[in-house]
Amino acid sequence: MDPSGPPQAHLPARTVLTSADIDRVLTRIAYEILEANKGGTDLVLMGIPRRGYPLARRLAAKIAAADPTVNAEAITGQLDVTMFRDDLAHQPTRPPHPTQLPAGGIDGKVVVLVDDVLYSGRTIRAALDALIDLGRPRAVRLAVLVDRGHRELPIRADHVGKNLPTAAVEKVRVRLAETDSPALDEVVIEGAA
Amino acid sequence: MKHLLSTLDLSYQDAISILDTAEAMAAVGEREVKKLPALRGRTVVNLFFEDSTRTRISFEAAAKRLSADVINFSAKGSSVSKGESLKDTAQTLAAIGADAVVIRHGASGAPARLANSGWIDAAVLNAGDGTHEHPTQALLDAFTMRRHWAQLHGVPSSGTDLAGMHVAIVGDILHSRVARSDLWLLKTLGADVTLVAPPTLLPFGVESWPCKVSYSLDETLETKPDAVMMLRVQAERMHSAFFPTVREYSRRYGFDDVRLDRLDALGMDNTILLHPGPMNRGLEISSRAADSPRSTVLAQVSNGVSVRMAALYLLLSGEGSSPRTPQEVSAQ
Repeated sequence: MDPSGPPQAHLPARTVLTSADIDRVLTRIAYEILEANKGGTDLVLMGIPRRGYPLARRLAAKIAAADPTVNAEAITGQLDVTMFRDDLAHQPTRPPHPTQLPAGGIDGKVVVLVDDVLYSGRTIRAALDALIDLGRPRAVRLAVLVDRGHRELPIRADHVGKNLPTAAVEKVRVRLAETDSPALDEVVIEGAA
Repeated sequence: MKHLLSTLDLSYQDAISILDTAEAMAAVGEREVKKLPALRGRTVVNLFFEDSTRTRISFEAAAKRLSADVINFSAKGSSVSKGESLKDTAQTLAAIGADAVVIRHGASGAPARLANSGWIDAAVLNAGDGTHEHPTQALLDAFTMRRHWAQLHGVPSSGTDLAGMHVAIVGDILHSRVARSDLWLLKTLGADVTLVAPPTLLPFGVESWPCKVSYSLDETLETKPDAVMMLRVQAERMHSAFFPTVREYSRRYGFDDVRLDRLDALGMDNTILLHPGPMNRGLEISSRAADSPRSTVLAQVSNGVSVRMAALYLLLSGEGSSPRTPQEVSAQ
Protein backbone atom coordinates (compact mmCIF):
# COMPACT_ATOMS: atom_id res chain seq x y z
CA MET A 1 0.00 0.00 0.00
CA ASP A 2 2.85 2.38 -0.77
CA PRO A 3 1.11 5.44 -2.25
CA SER A 4 4.06 6.21 -4.48
CA GLY A 5 3.50 2.92 -6.33
CA PRO A 6 6.04 0.26 -7.26
CA PRO A 7 9.69 1.30 -7.14
CA GLN A 8 10.66 2.58 -10.56
CA ALA A 9 13.85 2.11 -12.50
CA HIS A 10 16.42 4.85 -12.26
CA LEU A 11 14.68 8.01 -13.36
CA PRO A 12 16.59 11.05 -14.43
CA ALA A 13 15.77 13.73 -11.84
CA ARG A 14 16.17 17.48 -12.18
CA THR A 15 15.93 19.99 -9.35
CA VAL A 16 13.67 22.86 -10.35
CA LEU A 17 13.48 24.73 -7.04
CA THR A 18 16.18 24.70 -4.37
CA SER A 19 15.70 25.55 -0.73
CA ALA A 20 16.61 29.21 -1.34
CA ASP A 21 14.25 29.36 -4.36
CA ILE A 22 11.37 27.99 -2.28
CA ASP A 23 12.00 30.58 0.42
CA ARG A 24 12.04 33.45 -2.11
CA VAL A 25 8.91 32.15 -3.83
CA LEU A 26 7.03 31.90 -0.51
CA THR A 27 8.09 35.45 0.42
CA ARG A 28 6.69 36.72 -2.88
CA ILE A 29 3.42 34.78 -2.46
CA ALA A 30 3.06 36.15 1.09
CA TYR A 31 3.33 39.72 -0.24
CA GLU A 32 0.96 38.91 -3.11
CA ILE A 33 -1.62 37.60 -0.65
CA LEU A 34 -1.30 40.74 1.48
CA GLU A 35 -1.56 42.96 -1.58
CA ALA A 36 -4.59 41.17 -3.02
CA ASN A 37 -6.30 41.26 0.37
CA LYS A 38 -5.31 44.91 0.97
CA GLY A 39 -3.71 43.98 4.30
CA GLY A 40 -3.96 41.15 6.77
CA THR A 41 -7.53 41.62 8.01
CA ASP A 42 -9.87 38.61 7.92
CA LEU A 43 -7.19 36.45 6.33
CA VAL A 44 -7.12 32.69 6.97
CA LEU A 45 -4.63 30.22 5.48
CA MET A 46 -5.83 26.61 5.22
CA GLY A 47 -3.14 24.08 4.31
CA ILE A 48 -4.08 20.81 2.62
CA PRO A 49 -2.25 17.78 4.14
CA ARG A 50 0.35 16.77 4.00
CA ARG A 51 2.65 19.37 2.48
CA GLY A 52 0.17 22.21 2.14
CA TYR A 53 0.02 22.63 5.90
CA PRO A 54 3.72 23.38 6.52
CA LEU A 55 3.61 25.71 3.51
CA ALA A 56 0.62 27.52 5.03
CA ARG A 57 2.52 27.89 8.31
CA ARG A 58 5.55 29.34 6.54
CA LEU A 59 3.37 31.75 4.56
CA ALA A 60 1.59 32.84 7.76
CA ALA A 61 4.94 33.53 9.44
CA LYS A 62 6.03 35.67 6.51
CA ILE A 63 2.70 37.51 6.43
CA ALA A 64 3.00 38.16 10.17
CA ALA A 65 6.53 39.48 9.67
CA ALA A 66 5.28 41.92 7.04
CA ASP A 67 2.09 42.94 8.85
CA PRO A 68 2.55 43.16 12.65
CA THR A 69 -1.23 43.17 13.25
CA VAL A 70 -1.37 39.52 12.11
CA ASN A 71 -0.85 36.61 14.51
CA ALA A 72 0.55 33.72 12.45
CA GLU A 73 -0.82 30.98 14.73
CA ALA A 74 -4.32 32.44 14.79
CA ILE A 75 -4.76 32.53 11.00
CA THR A 76 -3.43 29.08 10.09
CA GLY A 77 -5.42 25.88 9.83
CA GLN A 78 -5.33 22.46 8.23
CA LEU A 79 -8.06 21.19 5.93
CA ASP A 80 -8.35 17.45 5.32
CA VAL A 81 -9.98 16.59 2.00
CA THR A 82 -9.64 12.78 2.09
CA MET A 83 -13.32 12.06 2.64
CA PHE A 84 -14.35 14.45 -0.13
CA ARG A 85 -12.22 12.94 -2.89
CA ASP A 86 -13.92 11.50 -5.97
CA ASP A 87 -11.45 8.63 -6.33
CA LEU A 88 -11.86 6.92 -2.94
CA ALA A 89 -13.07 3.69 -4.55
CA HIS A 90 -10.20 3.52 -7.04
CA GLN A 91 -7.14 4.33 -4.94
CA PRO A 92 -5.56 2.45 -2.06
CA THR A 93 -7.32 3.41 1.17
CA ARG A 94 -6.11 6.81 2.35
CA PRO A 95 -5.93 7.46 6.09
CA PRO A 96 -7.68 10.72 6.95
CA HIS A 97 -5.75 13.58 8.56
CA PRO A 98 -7.15 15.86 11.25
CA THR A 99 -8.82 19.11 10.24
CA GLN A 100 -7.86 22.08 12.41
CA LEU A 101 -9.74 25.32 12.14
CA PRO A 102 -8.14 28.56 13.30
CA ALA A 103 -9.67 29.93 16.51
CA GLY A 104 -11.70 32.59 14.67
CA GLY A 105 -13.34 30.04 12.35
CA ILE A 106 -13.77 30.72 8.63
CA ASP A 107 -17.18 32.43 8.49
CA GLY A 108 -16.87 35.74 6.66
CA LYS A 109 -13.10 35.31 6.24
CA VAL A 110 -10.96 35.32 3.13
CA VAL A 111 -9.69 31.75 3.04
CA VAL A 112 -6.50 31.04 1.10
CA LEU A 113 -6.16 27.33 0.32
CA VAL A 114 -2.50 26.31 0.27
CA ASP A 115 -1.15 23.20 -1.47
CA ASP A 116 2.17 22.06 -2.87
CA VAL A 117 1.34 20.96 -6.42
CA LEU A 118 -1.65 21.91 -8.56
CA TYR A 119 -2.27 19.17 -11.12
CA SER A 120 -5.72 17.85 -12.12
CA GLY A 121 -7.53 20.28 -9.79
CA ARG A 122 -9.47 17.44 -8.15
CA THR A 123 -7.90 17.95 -4.74
CA ILE A 124 -8.97 21.59 -4.82
CA ARG A 125 -12.49 20.56 -5.88
CA ALA A 126 -12.59 18.29 -2.81
CA ALA A 127 -11.17 21.09 -0.66
CA LEU A 128 -13.93 23.49 -1.75
CA ASP A 129 -16.55 20.92 -0.72
CA ALA A 130 -14.79 20.28 2.59
CA LEU A 131 -14.59 24.02 3.26
CA ILE A 132 -18.30 24.61 2.66
CA ASP A 133 -19.16 21.99 5.31
CA LEU A 134 -17.13 23.98 7.84
CA GLY A 135 -18.63 27.42 7.27
CA ARG A 136 -19.14 30.20 4.75
CA PRO A 137 -16.00 32.11 3.81
CA ARG A 138 -16.36 35.56 2.20
CA ALA A 139 -13.98 34.51 -0.53
CA VAL A 140 -11.75 31.52 -1.31
CA ARG A 141 -8.37 31.89 -3.01
CA LEU A 142 -5.74 29.35 -3.98
CA ALA A 143 -1.98 29.51 -3.49
CA VAL A 144 0.28 26.70 -4.75
CA LEU A 145 4.02 26.21 -4.82
CA VAL A 146 4.03 24.56 -8.24
CA ASP A 147 1.46 24.56 -11.05
CA ARG A 148 2.27 21.68 -13.38
CA GLY A 149 -0.71 21.98 -15.73
CA HIS A 150 -2.96 19.14 -17.00
CA ARG A 151 -6.11 20.49 -15.35
CA GLU A 152 -9.22 18.28 -15.52
CA LEU A 153 -11.54 20.82 -13.89
CA PRO A 154 -12.14 24.56 -14.39
CA ILE A 155 -9.88 25.59 -11.49
CA ARG A 156 -6.95 28.02 -11.45
CA ALA A 157 -4.59 29.27 -8.78
CA ASP A 158 -4.50 32.93 -7.65
CA HIS A 159 -0.91 32.74 -6.44
CA VAL A 160 1.59 30.41 -8.12
CA GLY A 161 5.16 29.84 -6.96
CA LYS A 162 6.37 28.41 -10.24
CA ASN A 163 4.65 27.43 -13.45
CA LEU A 164 6.18 24.13 -14.47
CA PRO A 165 5.25 22.74 -17.89
CA THR A 166 5.36 18.95 -17.57
CA ALA A 167 4.43 15.81 -19.43
CA ALA A 168 1.86 13.60 -17.73
CA VAL A 169 4.41 10.77 -17.39
CA GLU A 170 6.75 12.98 -15.35
CA LYS A 171 6.50 13.16 -11.57
CA VAL A 172 6.87 16.37 -9.58
CA ARG A 173 8.21 15.67 -6.09
CA VAL A 174 8.07 18.31 -3.41
CA ARG A 175 10.15 17.70 -0.29
CA LEU A 176 9.83 19.89 2.77
CA ALA A 177 11.93 19.84 5.90
CA GLU A 178 8.79 19.47 8.07
CA THR A 179 7.36 16.38 6.38
CA ASP A 180 10.13 14.52 4.59
CA SER A 181 13.36 12.78 5.38
CA PRO A 182 16.08 13.70 4.71
CA ALA A 183 14.83 17.03 6.06
CA LEU A 184 15.41 19.46 3.23
CA ASP A 185 13.45 21.72 0.91
CA GLU A 186 13.40 21.02 -2.80
CA VAL A 187 11.20 20.50 -5.82
CA VAL A 188 12.39 17.79 -8.21
CA ILE A 189 11.01 16.70 -11.54
CA GLU A 190 11.51 13.00 -12.26
CA GLY A 191 11.21 10.99 -15.43
CA ALA A 192 12.02 13.96 -17.66
CA ALA A 193 13.39 13.02 -21.05
CA MET B 1 -8.96 -5.92 5.19
CA LYS B 2 -12.14 -7.09 3.48
CA HIS B 3 -14.25 -8.01 6.51
CA LEU B 4 -14.19 -7.24 10.22
CA LEU B 5 -15.11 -10.55 11.86
CA SER B 6 -12.96 -10.82 14.98
CA THR B 7 -10.22 -9.10 16.91
CA LEU B 8 -8.29 -12.37 17.29
CA ASP B 9 -7.00 -12.15 13.72
CA LEU B 10 -6.72 -8.35 13.65
CA SER B 11 -3.10 -7.32 13.19
CA TYR B 12 -1.44 -4.60 15.28
CA GLN B 13 -1.15 -2.31 12.22
CA ASP B 14 -4.81 -2.74 11.26
CA ALA B 15 -5.94 -2.11 14.84
CA ILE B 16 -3.88 1.08 15.12
CA SER B 17 -5.05 2.21 11.69
CA ILE B 18 -8.73 1.77 12.68
CA LEU B 19 -8.18 3.64 15.96
CA ASP B 20 -6.27 6.49 14.26
CA THR B 21 -8.95 6.82 11.58
CA ALA B 22 -11.57 6.87 14.34
CA GLU B 23 -9.68 9.74 15.94
CA ALA B 24 -10.09 11.74 12.72
CA MET B 25 -13.76 10.71 12.50
CA ALA B 26 -14.41 11.89 16.05
CA ALA B 27 -13.75 15.47 14.93
CA VAL B 28 -16.69 15.27 12.49
CA GLY B 29 -19.12 14.89 15.40
CA GLU B 30 -18.08 18.33 16.66
CA ARG B 31 -18.63 20.13 13.37
CA GLU B 32 -21.57 22.13 12.12
CA VAL B 33 -22.24 19.71 9.25
CA LYS B 34 -21.84 16.27 10.82
CA LYS B 35 -21.58 14.46 7.52
CA LEU B 36 -18.87 13.34 5.14
CA PRO B 37 -19.50 12.30 1.54
CA ALA B 38 -17.05 9.38 1.60
CA LEU B 39 -19.58 6.55 1.16
CA ARG B 40 -22.12 8.35 -0.99
CA GLY B 41 -24.11 5.87 -3.05
CA ARG B 42 -23.09 2.86 -0.95
CA THR B 43 -25.65 0.73 0.84
CA VAL B 44 -25.10 -0.60 4.34
CA VAL B 45 -27.52 -3.22 5.66
CA ASN B 46 -27.95 -3.67 9.40
CA LEU B 47 -28.90 -7.33 9.74
CA PHE B 48 -29.92 -7.90 13.36
CA PHE B 49 -31.09 -11.34 14.39
CA GLU B 50 -30.74 -10.40 18.07
CA ASP B 51 -32.00 -7.40 19.99
CA SER B 52 -29.75 -4.38 20.23
CA THR B 53 -30.12 -0.70 21.00
CA ARG B 54 -26.75 0.96 20.93
CA THR B 55 -24.90 -1.20 18.45
CA ARG B 56 -27.61 -0.85 15.79
CA ILE B 57 -28.15 2.87 16.40
CA SER B 58 -24.40 3.40 16.46
CA PHE B 59 -23.84 1.59 13.15
CA GLU B 60 -26.77 3.46 11.63
CA ALA B 61 -25.41 6.84 12.78
CA ALA B 62 -21.93 5.92 11.57
CA ALA B 63 -23.14 4.90 8.11
CA LYS B 64 -25.33 7.99 7.80
CA ARG B 65 -22.50 10.34 8.81
CA LEU B 66 -20.53 8.87 5.92
CA SER B 67 -23.52 9.48 3.59
CA ALA B 68 -24.22 5.78 2.97
CA ASP B 69 -27.77 4.55 2.54
CA VAL B 70 -28.88 2.41 5.47
CA ILE B 71 -31.35 -0.47 5.44
CA ASN B 72 -32.34 -1.79 8.83
CA PHE B 73 -33.42 -5.36 9.16
CA SER B 74 -34.42 -7.09 12.34
CA ALA B 75 -35.41 -10.73 12.49
CA LYS B 76 -38.61 -9.88 14.32
CA GLY B 77 -41.22 -8.92 11.77
CA SER B 78 -39.21 -10.27 8.82
CA SER B 79 -39.43 -13.43 6.74
CA VAL B 80 -36.97 -15.05 9.14
CA SER B 81 -39.95 -15.71 11.39
CA LYS B 82 -41.49 -17.54 8.41
CA GLY B 83 -38.44 -19.82 8.33
CA GLU B 84 -36.17 -18.09 5.78
CA SER B 85 -32.58 -19.29 6.01
CA LEU B 86 -29.48 -17.12 6.41
CA LYS B 87 -28.48 -18.08 2.87
CA ASP B 88 -31.73 -16.88 1.34
CA THR B 89 -31.62 -13.68 3.38
CA ALA B 90 -28.03 -13.07 2.25
CA GLN B 91 -28.89 -13.66 -1.40
CA THR B 92 -31.82 -11.26 -1.09
CA LEU B 93 -29.44 -8.61 0.25
CA ALA B 94 -26.98 -9.32 -2.56
CA ALA B 95 -29.76 -8.85 -5.11
CA ILE B 96 -30.67 -5.51 -3.52
CA GLY B 97 -27.04 -4.45 -3.94
CA ALA B 98 -25.70 -4.21 -0.40
CA ASP B 99 -22.08 -3.03 -0.18
CA ALA B 100 -21.68 -3.87 3.49
CA VAL B 101 -23.61 -6.09 5.86
CA VAL B 102 -23.50 -5.46 9.58
CA ILE B 103 -24.65 -8.68 11.18
CA ARG B 104 -25.59 -9.63 14.72
CA HIS B 105 -26.57 -13.25 15.18
CA GLY B 106 -27.19 -15.57 18.11
CA ALA B 107 -25.02 -18.28 16.58
CA SER B 108 -21.23 -17.99 16.95
CA GLY B 109 -19.65 -17.95 13.51
CA ALA B 110 -22.67 -16.72 11.55
CA PRO B 111 -20.79 -13.61 10.27
CA ALA B 112 -17.84 -15.76 9.18
CA ARG B 113 -20.25 -18.07 7.34
CA LEU B 114 -21.77 -15.05 5.58
CA ALA B 115 -18.34 -13.68 4.66
CA ASN B 116 -16.82 -16.92 3.35
CA SER B 117 -19.76 -18.72 1.80
CA GLY B 118 -19.84 -16.80 -1.47
CA TRP B 119 -23.55 -16.04 -1.00
CA ILE B 120 -22.90 -12.33 -1.07
CA ASP B 121 -19.98 -10.20 -2.24
CA ALA B 122 -20.17 -7.48 0.41
CA ALA B 123 -17.99 -6.46 3.30
CA VAL B 124 -19.20 -8.19 6.45
CA LEU B 125 -18.93 -6.52 9.85
CA ASN B 126 -19.53 -8.65 12.90
CA ALA B 127 -21.77 -6.80 15.35
CA GLY B 128 -21.78 -9.65 17.85
CA ASP B 129 -22.17 -13.38 17.19
CA GLY B 130 -23.29 -15.69 20.00
CA THR B 131 -20.58 -15.98 22.63
CA HIS B 132 -17.79 -15.60 20.06
CA GLU B 133 -16.78 -11.99 19.30
CA HIS B 134 -17.96 -8.38 19.15
CA PRO B 135 -15.01 -6.62 17.48
CA THR B 136 -16.37 -3.07 17.14
CA GLN B 137 -17.21 -3.02 20.86
CA ALA B 138 -13.63 -4.05 21.64
CA LEU B 139 -12.32 -1.35 19.31
CA LEU B 140 -14.40 1.36 20.95
CA ASP B 141 -13.29 0.14 24.40
CA ALA B 142 -9.67 0.25 23.27
CA PHE B 143 -10.27 3.70 21.74
CA THR B 144 -11.70 4.98 25.04
CA MET B 145 -8.82 3.45 27.03
CA ARG B 146 -6.22 4.77 24.59
CA ARG B 147 -7.52 8.35 24.88
CA HIS B 148 -7.34 8.06 28.68
CA TRP B 149 -3.91 6.40 28.61
CA ALA B 150 -2.46 8.94 26.15
CA GLN B 151 -3.86 11.89 28.10
CA LEU B 152 -2.35 10.46 31.28
CA HIS B 153 1.06 10.31 29.64
CA GLY B 154 0.70 13.65 27.89
CA VAL B 155 1.04 12.26 24.37
CA PRO B 156 -1.37 12.51 21.41
CA SER B 157 -3.52 9.37 21.15
CA SER B 158 -2.95 8.91 17.41
CA GLY B 159 -0.33 6.27 16.74
CA THR B 160 0.05 5.13 20.36
CA ASP B 161 -0.96 1.77 21.84
CA LEU B 162 -1.81 0.54 25.33
CA ALA B 163 1.64 -0.80 26.30
CA GLY B 164 1.87 -1.18 30.07
CA MET B 165 -1.81 -0.54 30.79
CA HIS B 166 -3.42 -2.90 33.31
CA VAL B 167 -7.06 -3.74 32.59
CA ALA B 168 -9.41 -5.83 34.70
CA ILE B 169 -12.44 -7.39 33.00
CA VAL B 170 -15.01 -8.36 35.60
CA GLY B 171 -18.15 -10.48 35.50
CA ASP B 172 -19.85 -12.94 33.22
CA ILE B 173 -16.82 -13.95 31.11
CA LEU B 174 -18.43 -17.26 30.13
CA HIS B 175 -21.24 -15.75 28.05
CA SER B 176 -19.45 -12.57 27.05
CA ARG B 177 -18.33 -12.04 23.46
CA VAL B 178 -17.19 -8.57 24.55
CA ALA B 179 -14.72 -10.06 27.06
CA ARG B 180 -13.22 -12.30 24.37
CA SER B 181 -12.90 -9.54 21.76
CA ASP B 182 -11.55 -7.13 24.37
CA LEU B 183 -8.96 -9.62 25.58
CA TRP B 184 -7.54 -10.39 22.11
CA LEU B 185 -7.42 -6.72 21.09
CA LEU B 186 -5.98 -5.45 24.38
CA LYS B 187 -3.25 -8.11 24.19
CA THR B 188 -2.46 -7.06 20.61
CA LEU B 189 -2.16 -3.45 21.77
CA GLY B 190 0.18 -4.40 24.62
CA ALA B 191 -2.07 -4.17 27.69
CA ASP B 192 -2.07 -6.64 30.60
CA VAL B 193 -5.48 -8.17 31.23
CA THR B 194 -6.89 -9.79 34.36
CA LEU B 195 -10.21 -11.61 34.12
CA VAL B 196 -12.23 -11.55 37.33
CA ALA B 197 -15.22 -13.89 37.74
CA PRO B 198 -16.63 -16.63 39.89
CA PRO B 199 -15.31 -20.02 38.69
CA THR B 200 -18.75 -20.93 37.33
CA LEU B 201 -18.70 -17.96 34.95
CA LEU B 202 -15.28 -18.67 33.45
CA PRO B 203 -15.13 -20.62 30.18
CA PHE B 204 -13.51 -24.04 29.87
CA GLY B 205 -9.82 -23.70 28.98
CA VAL B 206 -9.47 -20.13 30.27
CA GLU B 207 -6.04 -21.01 31.74
CA SER B 208 -4.66 -21.18 28.20
CA TRP B 209 -5.77 -17.59 27.44
CA PRO B 210 -3.09 -14.88 27.50
CA CYS B 211 -4.25 -13.27 30.76
CA LYS B 212 -4.35 -13.60 34.53
CA VAL B 213 -7.45 -15.04 36.14
CA SER B 214 -8.74 -14.03 39.57
CA TYR B 215 -11.76 -15.11 41.62
CA SER B 216 -11.71 -12.01 43.82
CA LEU B 217 -12.56 -8.50 42.69
CA ASP B 218 -11.17 -6.95 45.89
CA GLU B 219 -7.77 -8.64 45.48
CA THR B 220 -7.62 -7.44 41.88
CA LEU B 221 -8.43 -3.88 42.90
CA GLU B 222 -5.46 -4.06 45.33
CA THR B 223 -3.19 -4.48 42.27
CA LYS B 224 -4.37 -1.02 41.10
CA PRO B 225 -5.67 -1.63 37.56
CA ASP B 226 -5.77 1.42 35.26
CA ALA B 227 -9.17 0.46 33.87
CA VAL B 228 -11.96 -1.74 35.20
CA MET B 229 -14.40 -3.13 32.68
CA MET B 230 -17.68 -4.35 34.19
CA LEU B 231 -19.64 -6.86 32.10
CA ARG B 232 -23.36 -7.26 32.08
CA VAL B 233 -24.84 -10.33 33.77
CA GLN B 234 -26.50 -11.93 30.75
CA ALA B 235 -29.64 -13.35 32.31
CA GLU B 236 -31.05 -14.24 28.88
CA ARG B 237 -28.19 -16.66 28.21
CA MET B 238 -28.20 -18.23 31.67
CA HIS B 239 -30.22 -21.40 31.63
CA SER B 240 -28.87 -22.85 34.86
CA ALA B 241 -27.73 -21.51 38.20
CA PHE B 242 -24.27 -19.98 37.89
CA PHE B 243 -24.36 -18.25 41.26
CA PRO B 244 -26.47 -18.87 44.38
CA THR B 245 -28.25 -15.52 44.55
CA VAL B 246 -28.16 -12.19 42.78
CA ARG B 247 -27.35 -10.54 46.11
CA GLU B 248 -24.28 -12.70 46.61
CA TYR B 249 -23.01 -11.99 43.09
CA SER B 250 -23.58 -8.28 43.52
CA ARG B 251 -21.77 -8.26 46.89
CA ARG B 252 -18.71 -10.15 45.61
CA TYR B 253 -18.42 -9.12 41.96
CA GLY B 254 -20.51 -5.95 41.62
CA PHE B 255 -18.89 -2.53 41.46
CA ASP B 256 -20.82 -1.03 44.36
CA ASP B 257 -20.46 2.20 46.33
CA VAL B 258 -18.04 0.59 48.82
CA ARG B 259 -15.63 -0.38 46.05
CA LEU B 260 -16.02 3.03 44.41
CA ASP B 261 -14.90 4.67 47.67
CA ARG B 262 -12.07 2.17 47.97
CA LEU B 263 -10.58 3.39 44.70
CA ASP B 264 -10.23 6.82 46.31
CA ALA B 265 -8.86 5.30 49.52
CA LEU B 266 -6.25 3.36 47.52
CA GLY B 267 -5.24 6.56 45.73
CA MET B 268 -6.28 5.28 42.30
CA ASP B 269 -7.25 8.70 40.99
CA ASN B 270 -6.73 7.77 37.35
CA THR B 271 -8.61 4.49 37.20
CA ILE B 272 -11.55 4.54 34.80
CA LEU B 273 -14.66 2.40 34.87
CA LEU B 274 -16.05 0.97 31.64
CA HIS B 275 -19.27 -0.87 30.89
CA PRO B 276 -20.39 -2.01 27.43
CA GLY B 277 -24.06 -1.49 28.29
CA PRO B 278 -26.86 -2.09 28.78
CA MET B 279 -26.24 -1.80 32.51
CA ASN B 280 -28.07 -3.69 35.23
CA ARG B 281 -27.86 -0.88 37.75
CA GLY B 282 -27.57 -2.27 41.27
CA LEU B 283 -26.42 -5.69 40.04
CA GLU B 284 -22.97 -5.52 38.43
CA ILE B 285 -22.61 -1.75 38.86
CA SER B 286 -24.16 0.67 41.35
CA SER B 287 -25.89 3.82 40.18
CA ARG B 288 -23.35 6.04 41.90
CA ALA B 289 -20.46 4.22 40.21
CA ALA B 290 -22.17 4.35 36.82
CA ASP B 291 -22.72 8.10 37.10
CA SER B 292 -19.36 8.93 38.71
CA PRO B 293 -16.66 10.93 36.87
CA ARG B 294 -14.67 7.69 36.56
CA SER B 295 -17.38 6.12 34.43
CA THR B 296 -16.81 6.30 30.65
CA VAL B 297 -20.12 4.69 29.71
CA LEU B 298 -21.40 7.64 27.66
CA ALA B 299 -17.99 8.39 26.16
CA GLN B 300 -17.92 4.76 25.02
CA VAL B 301 -21.23 5.26 23.19
CA SER B 302 -20.06 8.37 21.32
CA ASN B 303 -16.66 6.80 20.60
CA GLY B 304 -18.58 3.82 19.21
CA VAL B 305 -19.90 5.97 16.36
CA SER B 306 -16.38 7.18 15.48
CA VAL B 307 -14.92 3.67 15.57
CA ARG B 308 -17.70 2.26 13.41
CA MET B 309 -17.30 5.12 10.92
CA ALA B 310 -13.62 4.22 10.73
CA ALA B 311 -14.37 0.54 10.18
CA LEU B 312 -16.96 1.24 7.49
CA TYR B 313 -14.67 3.73 5.77
CA LEU B 314 -11.66 1.42 5.77
CA LEU B 315 -13.68 -1.57 4.51
CA LEU B 316 -15.67 0.30 1.86
CA SER B 317 -13.05 2.58 0.35
CA GLY B 318 -9.88 1.61 -1.38
CA GLU B 319 -9.01 -0.11 -4.62
CA GLY B 320 -11.52 -2.58 -5.97
CA SER B 321 -14.15 -1.66 -3.39
CA SER B 322 -16.56 -0.79 -6.17
CA PRO B 323 -16.72 -2.21 -9.67
CA ARG B 324 -14.84 -0.14 -12.23
CA THR B 325 -16.58 1.20 -15.29
CA PRO B 326 -15.34 -0.12 -18.67
CA GLN B 327 -13.79 3.32 -19.43
CA GLU B 328 -11.74 3.21 -16.26
CA VAL B 329 -10.53 -0.32 -17.00
CA SER B 330 -9.45 0.61 -20.54
CA ALA B 331 -7.72 3.76 -19.26
CA GLN B 332 -5.35 1.61 -17.24
